[in-house]
Amino acid sequence: MPDLEPLAVYIHWPFCVSKCPYCDFNSHVRATIDEAGWRDALLADLAFEAALLPGRRVTSIFFGGGTPSLMDPATTGAVIDAVARHWSLDADCEITLEANPNSVEAARFAGYARAGFGRVSLGLQALDDAALKQLGRAHSVREGLAALDIAQAHFGRVSFDLIYDRPGQTRAAWEAELARALGFGTEHLSLYQLTIEPSTAFARLHADGKLVLPDADTSADLFELTQAMTAAAGLPAYEVSNHARPGAASRHNLAYWRYDDYIGVGPGAHGRRLATATERHKKPENWISALAATGSGLNVEAPLDAETRATEALLMGLRLAHGIDAAHFAARTGRTLEATIDTAARDRLVAQGMIEARTDRLQLTPQGRPVVNAVLAALHR
Amino acid sequence: MTASLSQIRNFSIIAHIDHGKSTLADRLIQQTGGLTAREMSEQVLDNMDIEKERGITIKSQTVRLDYTASDGKVYVLNLMDTPGHVDFAYEVSRSLAACEGALLVVDAAQGVEAQTLANVYQSIEHDHIIVPVINKVDLPAAEPERVKAQIEDVIGISTDDAVMTSAKTGLGIGDVLEAIVKFIPPPKGDFDAPLKAMLVDSWYDPYLGVVILVRVIDGKLVKGQEIMMMAAGTKHLVDRVGVFRPKIEVIDALGPGEIGFITAQIKEVAQTNVGDTITDAKKPTAHALPGFKEVQPVVFCGLFPVDAAEFEKLRDSLGRLRLNDASFSFETESSAALGFGFRCGFLGLLHLEIIQERLTREYDLDLITTAPSVVYKMLLRDGREIELHNPSDMPDPSTIELIEEPWIEATIFTPDEYLGSILKLCQDRRGIQKNLTYVGGRAQITYELPLNEVVFDFYDRLKSISRGYASFDYHQIGHREGDLVKMSIMVNAEPVDALSMIVHRGAAEARGRHMCERMKDLIPRHLFKIPIQAAIGGKVIARETIAAMRKDVTAKCYGGDISRKKKLLDKQKEGKKRMRQYGSVDIPQEAFIAALRMGDDK
Repeated sequence: MPDLEPLAVYIHWPFCVSKCPYCDFNSHVRATIDEAGWRDALLADLAFEAALLPGRRVTSIFFGGGTPSLMDPATTGAVIDAVARHWSLDADCEITLEANPNSVEAARFAGYARAGFGRVSLGLQALDDAALKQLGRAHSVREGLAALDIAQAHFGRVSFDLIYDRPGQTRAAWEAELARALGFGTEHLSLYQLTIEPSTAFARLHADGKLVLPDADTSADLFELTQAMTAAAGLPAYEVSNHARPGAASRHNLAYWRYDDYIGVGPGAHGRRLATATERHKKPENWISALAATGSGLNVEAPLDAETRATEALLMGLRLAHGIDAAHFAARTGRTLEATIDTAARDRLVAQGMIEARTDRLQLTPQGRPVVNAVLAALHR
Repeated sequence: MTASLSQIRNFSIIAHIDHGKSTLADRLIQQTGGLTAREMSEQVLDNMDIEKERGITIKSQTVRLDYTASDGKVYVLNLMDTPGHVDFAYEVSRSLAACEGALLVVDAAQGVEAQTLANVYQSIEHDHIIVPVINKVDLPAAEPERVKAQIEDVIGISTDDAVMTSAKTGLGIGDVLEAIVKFIPPPKGDFDAPLKAMLVDSWYDPYLGVVILVRVIDGKLVKGQEIMMMAAGTKHLVDRVGVFRPKIEVIDALGPGEIGFITAQIKEVAQTNVGDTITDAKKPTAHALPGFKEVQPVVFCGLFPVDAAEFEKLRDSLGRLRLNDASFSFETESSAALGFGFRCGFLGLLHLEIIQERLTREYDLDLITTAPSVVYKMLLRDGREIELHNPSDMPDPSTIELIEEPWIEATIFTPDEYLGSILKLCQDRRGIQKNLTYVGGRAQITYELPLNEVVFDFYDRLKSISRGYASFDYHQIGHREGDLVKMSIMVNAEPVDALSMIVHRGAAEARGRHMCERMKDLIPRHLFKIPIQAAIGGKVIARETIAAMRKDVTAKCYGGDISRKKKLLDKQKEGKKRMRQYGSVDIPQEAFIAALRMGDDK
């Protein structure tokens, strides 16, 4: 079985109870959802991909959204079972559910565990009630922490998200908040700086000057502080915004960053498989009708040439603390790392202390990590 | 048949921008039947888009009107529209020399402005009879009596015969026509003498070739005649003689006192010199007309294409513009920062702006313009004298005996309340006050100023200080010795040639500090810190540092949506393309443009 090519499976559930003002993911609010119909549609979309990719071993399944913890556990179980029927699951296959930390959803956690999930990723987002309110979250800190307890009781592996670098957030406030977060013994944390995404409610407020983000120096300070505190707590960054105990990194996300094959099933889901970029119809209704008409929810299926694959692999891989393995890079993209980068720029960046370059691996230094975009722009040929 | 001298009137219109010159001209044309109302597009005379937008005239133009006066006779009225700006002072002087009188149009609410003054004095120097026209008397804010008093005080001409008009409503237009006939004298001339005509202006017409505007003094100009340009020494065969009404009308001949045009199969405007005397090649006149000058550019700057691939297109476009405007010059220049471009010479700042704007607009070029500089004269230790058009060419200071810079005499007209700030501005720019007079709530200031202080950002500053109310005009008064040094700007220890400039030693530090502060804001943070220095010779006089970039990272990677991250990278790289690499520093094109524009912040 280890000889089989690995595959990561992403399932998108596009519905939310309400839309958060910072979020630009593909989420929709609908009054009623025909869950049986949706289950069948997801299964059909999945079967379409399975037919193209026989004989793989699945290393991870990730249910994202939207809010997949609004799904009936039975629906998720049906999808997981189908994945297991189409392919063989790795013995330690990582099956993750994104969940909102509120009491209604936490009540279903036992059901999800029975359905096959071994890992949950909680959208805790903040340990401050005023901040949660500003972020448009429905839960309180107390409710969130209660959900975290339940999650840690039911799942072997738990992660939670926090959004920092928020309007008005001081260094001291974040330091206290992060210290508290690190005290729960959770093995994995996703710590994202608040980013204003286009066409969100926050983008409008920001444009009107009603939402003011911390200045660049403060953001840089907060980022550095985060690196230092998580490392000290034994959860160093293994990716720009992701921190884990040794061995607790998200295998599913690693597939993205290492540019391994992954399929994306469900509205708006993205995939990279067989040197092809796939994108499903974003709007749930369009995805459903595309499925009925063509047998898949595909909206875009674009072959990627070696150059594009190499660019993608570079910009994903450089985010990892481990960096890019030259051999894996060449195998995945059909191009050498050397041919993908501007070697003069690489040497300059090495001299500036932004990257470390060995023949078998290219990685950011801790100094280069906060400026990875600028490094990439300089490095990419 | 040429017109009889006693029934010809040649006149120009003197007015400040917006005081209604073009509207008045349009009314005169309309009333004498030159164009029907339907044919009149707004402001017939200003042909080019830029002229229409800015309300200024760049080329001299003329319109011949037939007017039946109250005495029953039909008069030929030649309305000469002259360029309204000091940059074109020489062209203006030639246009004025072609006339015997002028209408002085003054806005009944605004009163006399500096530009009006400069032009009216010129007109007086040409012994013109001036007919004051108080325009816009229909405006609620009109104060014709006050304006009349001001004209008498400031200009010193009688306003007893002033005409009250509203070019907008048509009020008083008939009175203007009568006043032209009554007060402006007919031209003098000799039908039988050898041809003597003045080349007033010329331009390139895609259908006709070069069109030459002429004023005949003596003799006749006819089709088929062989003419000679006396200064240029060239001969041409006249293939067309005509007048503008304002539409072209071909006629048989132009006689003494008449204004019209000829074409003579000339391909380039550069072959025709404004102010030259045109005579009959076979029977030349004994004496050329006085006052001919070769036009010399006074302001220089570098023009570089933003996209290096457009260099040839820029050359081609400059060549085409020069077909129609021989008064600017250009030669290839190369800059380490900006690549290949051209060093161009202009008659003044407005001229520079016009050419730049036409290149951008008509030829669709994206340009970087370097800081305007003036022509310095240098006496070197070895006795050689050189002229310096480009700060980059400055010789080693130790070889220079002395440097002279051009000076101007500036006339500024301003409401009282801005006087203090304007005096300070002039002092700061090394000005020498020559005169200060008050006329009814307004001050007229005369200053001598170094031209290099004026080309810097003087005009912008003046406009901003006075909220646009002050008006400004100048003429050159020659070169004077000055304590001038070349200031270089260094980014990350590398001199940026496009930013070097020649400044007065006393102003160098302030200018240098300002330039460094400016560049600090304009150059984005890099992965390393970047010193920006201003230096004279090896001595640093100002310094700023751009801190190293601390954060440039996308927090989330959007699920598996890599395309989105790739777009971000593409955008970042696209942005880099619009930068100039300077050593290891990327300087945005906009930084050069903004740094050189100056003046809007301090």
